Amino acid sequence: MEAFDSDAVLGGAIFRGELTLEIAPAKIASVCGFLKYDQQYVRISSVTAVDWYPRQPRFELVYHLHSIERKERLRLKCKLPADAPPIESVTGVWRGANWYEREVFDLFGIEFTGHPDLRRIMMPDDWTGHPLRKDYPVTGPRV
Amino acid sequence: MNETRDVETGLPPEVDADLEAAQPQPGPRRMVLNMGPQHPSTHGVLRLVIELDGETVVRCIPEIGYLHTGIEKEFEVKTYQQAVTLTDRVDYLAPMSNNFGYALAVEKLLELEIPPKAQWMRVMLVELTRLNSHLVWLGTHALDIGAMSVFLYCFREREEILKLFEMFSGQRMMTSYIRIGGLALEPPRGWQQRVKKVIDAFPSRIDEYENLLTNNPIWIGRTRGVGHITLEDMLDLGITGPMLRAAGLKIDARKDAPYSSYEKFDFEVPTRTENDVFARYQIRIEEMRQSTKIVRQAMDGMPEGPWKAADQHVVLPDREKMKTQMEALIYHFKIVTEGFRVPAGEVYQVIESPRGELGYYVVSDGTGIPYRVHMRTPSFGNLQATSKLVEGTLIADVIASIGSMDFVLGDTDR
Repeated sequence: MEAFDSDAVLGGAIFRGELTLEIAPAKIASVCGFLKYDQQYVRISSVTAVDWYPRQPRFELVYHLHSIERKERLRLKCKLPADAPPIESVTGVWRGANWYEREVFDLFGIEFTGHPDLRRIMMPDDWTGHPLRKDYPVTGPRV
Repeated sequence: MNETRDVETGLPPEVDADLEAAQPQPGPRRMVLNMGPQHPSTHGVLRLVIELDGETVVRCIPEIGYLHTGIEKEFEVKTYQQAVTLTDRVDYLAPMSNNFGYALAVEKLLELEIPPKAQWMRVMLVELTRLNSHLVWLGTHALDIGAMSVFLYCFREREEILKLFEMFSGQRMMTSYIRIGGLALEPPRGWQQRVKKVIDAFPSRIDEYENLLTNNPIWIGRTRGVGHITLEDMLDLGITGPMLRAAGLKIDARKDAPYSSYEKFDFEVPTRTENDVFARYQIRIEEMRQSTKIVRQAMDGMPEGPWKAADQHVVLPDREKMKTQMEALIYHFKIVTEGFRVPAGEVYQVIESPRGELGYYVVSDGTGIPYRVHMRTPSFGNLQATSKLVEGTLIADVIASIGSMDFVLGDTDR
């Protein structure tokens, strides 16, 4: 990983036996390409996000990768401030990331560049707001 | 089909505007067919917008979200133990698998040791859930294709399994029986005989389904060679579970990353190489036989001992102790009113649900309420491949193909 691009990895941690790497948001697609084609991470399990509002940087994008050959799983993270520019989509690496990124876009309002079909997936198309953000109330009227 | 309209006379009004814009200019034979969201063969509220050239599917766009219940949002206001009840409602045909995945994830965060009896019990119940889920799949899939009687046979056995669940947990479907730290209740007296009765009869019941289907020329005609998709496409599009195994890939989280003592059980992971609807049927039939084997092993080798963990900060004290000891009463009060604190951190726990890879990503900020729970549900991943699976095939094969994916819309939309 270091050999591929030492600027891309900002940090890493092992917690409860699970490896997490923090990736620079600008490099995510190239890192994923490297992991898929050179490191046998042929599957993407999921893409999701965590909203740390009001802490900064606000969003964490989380990618779970799976290598069938090595029987290993890997978690990638990108920290994004609320006003960050759209992040590059990984649908070019795994087509399966399509719906997961749509879901993140729908429920968190994080935009992706280069996504073939970035529409809302769970909520109606005319919905306003992004339900999984922490400043979106669980019950009661939307403010 | 609830609505068909020729493209020349205009698209159905409910087709989304951007979807409409993406349509290629249709020739005179092209038509758009809107299947669902209330079409019976879509098993819930899946909507397929299919563009047809004669009887051939040219394009298929699956639309989901009709059953979105905001379960992941709901986790924000429930304590860890309360949230178990939400997990049932995700995949309502495999409630215990979801309880199980969630409980394992939180236990990993807590570093909680689960006693062997609880582990064995969980394995047994989850395998019964797999039987339950596969039975519903087989019954409804056969019904879609036109083999009506199989449905009745499958639901006869499913009823027996639901009665077992009722005996254990008091509930037939939304069991919430597998809790963080062990089980919800002590297994009832005499459960061995009841489970034994069901499991002893089960192999011959599977033979009955096979008698009805495996050599049935109509069944073979409708399923063999139908719904082919390459293994590379499947991995790329995020398909997991029996569909991958029907394409020859031996992948099963129970073997690859054993949890809850699965490594101590003797069972096979069936694979086929034909990679069509018929192979997926054979895989699930064989999985039912293997699950029967696991249930029997769990039942015969059930260890003695406690059925819940010993950690008094997490697990409720026994009723008897709670009423006689002050300390136990305090713990009981704290756990019920505030929940227990979970160390800050994050885990991703994968289990093999009847439909494929079920992953629970749980993020804790150190309080008694989960900060974020993401469910990587197998149906969501599998459904993504619908377009790839049905494009270029005949409209009649669409039903067989999507049936072979075995999705549950509650599991997809959460």
